[in-house]
Amino acid sequence: MTKTLNRPPASTPAPQTDLTTSGGGVWGDRVFAAVCVAAGALVLAILALILVTTTQQSWAALRDSGLSFVTSPRWVANDPDGDGPLGPRFGALALIYGTAIVSLIALVIAVPISIGIALFITELAPRRLRGLSVTVIDLLAAVPSVVFGLWGILVVAPAIVPVYQWIHDLVDGIPVLDTVFGVPVSSGRGYMTAGLIVAIMIIPIITSIAREVFATVPEADKHAALALGATRWEMIRGAVFPHSFGGLVGAVMLGLGRAMGETIAVALTIGAAIQITGNVFQAGEALPSIIVRQWGESAGQHRAALIGLGVVLFALTILINLLARIVVRHAEARMKGAAR
Amino acid sequence: MTTTDRAPDLTRRSLGTGRRVRNGLATGAIALALLLAVIPLGLVVYYVIAKGAGVIDGAWFTEDIVNRARRAGGGMQPAIVGTLVVTGAAALMAIPLGVLGAIYLNEYGKQRPLARIVRTMADVMTGVPSIVMGLFIYVTVVLVTKSQSGFAAALALACLMLPVVIRSAEEILRLVPDELRQASAALGARRWRTTLTVVLPAALSGITSGSMLAIARAAGETAPVVVTAGLTFSSTWSLFKPNTTLSMQIFSNASQPFAPAQDRAWGAALTLVAIVLTFTVLARLISSRFAIKER
Repeated sequence: MTKTLNRPPASTPAPQTDLTTSGGGVWGDRVFAAVCVAAGALVLAILALILVTTTQQSWAALRDSGLSFVTSPRWVANDPDGDGPLGPRFGALALIYGTAIVSLIALVIAVPISIGIALFITELAPRRLRGLSVTVIDLLAAVPSVVFGLWGILVVAPAIVPVYQWIHDLVDGIPVLDTVFGVPVSSGRGYMTAGLIVAIMIIPIITSIAREVFATVPEADKHAALALGATRWEMIRGAVFPHSFGGLVGAVMLGLGRAMGETIAVALTIGAAIQITGNVFQAGEALPSIIVRQWGESAGQHRAALIGLGVVLFALTILINLLARIVVRHAEARMKGAAR
Repeated sequence: MTTTDRAPDLTRRSLGTGRRVRNGLATGAIALALLLAVIPLGLVVYYVIAKGAGVIDGAWFTEDIVNRARRAGGGMQPAIVGTLVVTGAAALMAIPLGVLGAIYLNEYGKQRPLARIVRTMADVMTGVPSIVMGLFIYVTVVLVTKSQSGFAAALALACLMLPVVIRSAEEILRLVPDELRQASAALGARRWRTTLTVVLPAALSGITSGSMLAIARAAGETAPVVVTAGLTFSSTWSLFKPNTTLSMQIFSNASQPFAPAQDRAWGAALTLVAIVLTFTVLARLISSRFAIKER
């Protein structure tokens, strides 16, 4: 207390000599308040501008393609040999499919791990290990996604092909599984590899939200469960999970939003094949990754179509994030009510 | 249990085997989850150091990038300079605006409808994919000025940093005790004066650390830079010329089949990770040293 009071040294002597003035002027107050409001409103302005300007810029391409922009699986930027339908075609279905598959794989891997880590930090870890675990997750969040992508394309992808092959051989002949875990692509770059790398990258965000959610579980409930003779796992199942289900759903959705928007790491590891296939070991392409991949060689309608992909991506991620934030806030507010 | 002279056995031994095994398995699985996150982190750090360290020598920091991917040699100075210029300019734009926005949320807006909307939308904005920010700046700046530049890239990064700075600074401002504001007001200082000379200095360390984390994240961003910064192989400190960054160099070299290019990518990754980690560690040191004590 005394420490914090001592910190701003200028504040105490200056106003004392100043008592006769208006303490800085009415105008100072008004201008400063206006500047602050403007800075806050900038967030809203940027979000609105993103939607308006990118939609406007891609309008030509979106209008030409119509609904087939999201329903057609054919994305042909230019048609040099003329064997396809006339002219370029922009249908994003295969890309949306790729994004969905990569995000799904990433979530299936990352969600249990993240919840486990959050439980470890909030319920299980001794004090010293707790700090260490938080540091590890912070470091994981600090590594740039392009570095994960680099590691994915040069180390993971070549090394993981035998593993994919082994899994494929294992499920060979079983009806659905041998389609899902089909013949792996020889480079190792595909949905699964991209999903693995994205999973590593969304672990920190899901973990941090899950930790927040677990922290709102009333201590009294936990103590009551333990006092009734529950083991720690039974306490977690009986007292922690029911309280935090809503918040965890929000955490997973935030992770999904992050996974869908992940660009560079996916671009490096997904293998650049515009196709729809049930085989997760095959190469594919995702919404954000095709934008950076084709950006340099695009112009005119093609570039407008790429910006159009950005609009689709923006709309999807905004919706998911908004919904997730509402779910998390709702769950946390309910928890605070329950704690009283 | 019917006898009264013996207390019930409350130790672990009285647990049924099934419950004990299940508890043990769950505890093991939870600990394993942490291990599963540590392994990739360790592997990435190991590979970046092992493969990157051999590439970096004196010329790395002084020479231009060779413009043929298959040729060895050259340095990475343009990308290092570009990373510093672009990230620095982004920080200069985003941090003051972000702090002002946070002041609005915590000192003026509080729970008013506009403030609540801004708060929610700032959270949502942190989830906007970085590539979309890049496209936004491409449309509004690059198409208008008709040239890709370091400045455009800096704007895109600033848009990414803004909501992060706002939310982290607001958290810190909330921790500044109200007594400080009241004391300053009692001495006759107006709101803006109180905010600038009393509240902000008290929150300075926390804001600094939050901002440094935002800088660290922005320095590693690649996608928005790819669509806005253009390309160069020689160093430029100018904001208004095409520029390149370490993250871009990693991306473009990583997808090359040539060994020299891949070496360059690892070297650039090591340089970038070193920069990012320096900022992250500094931020943590600052926040743990000078944190406002929560009461």
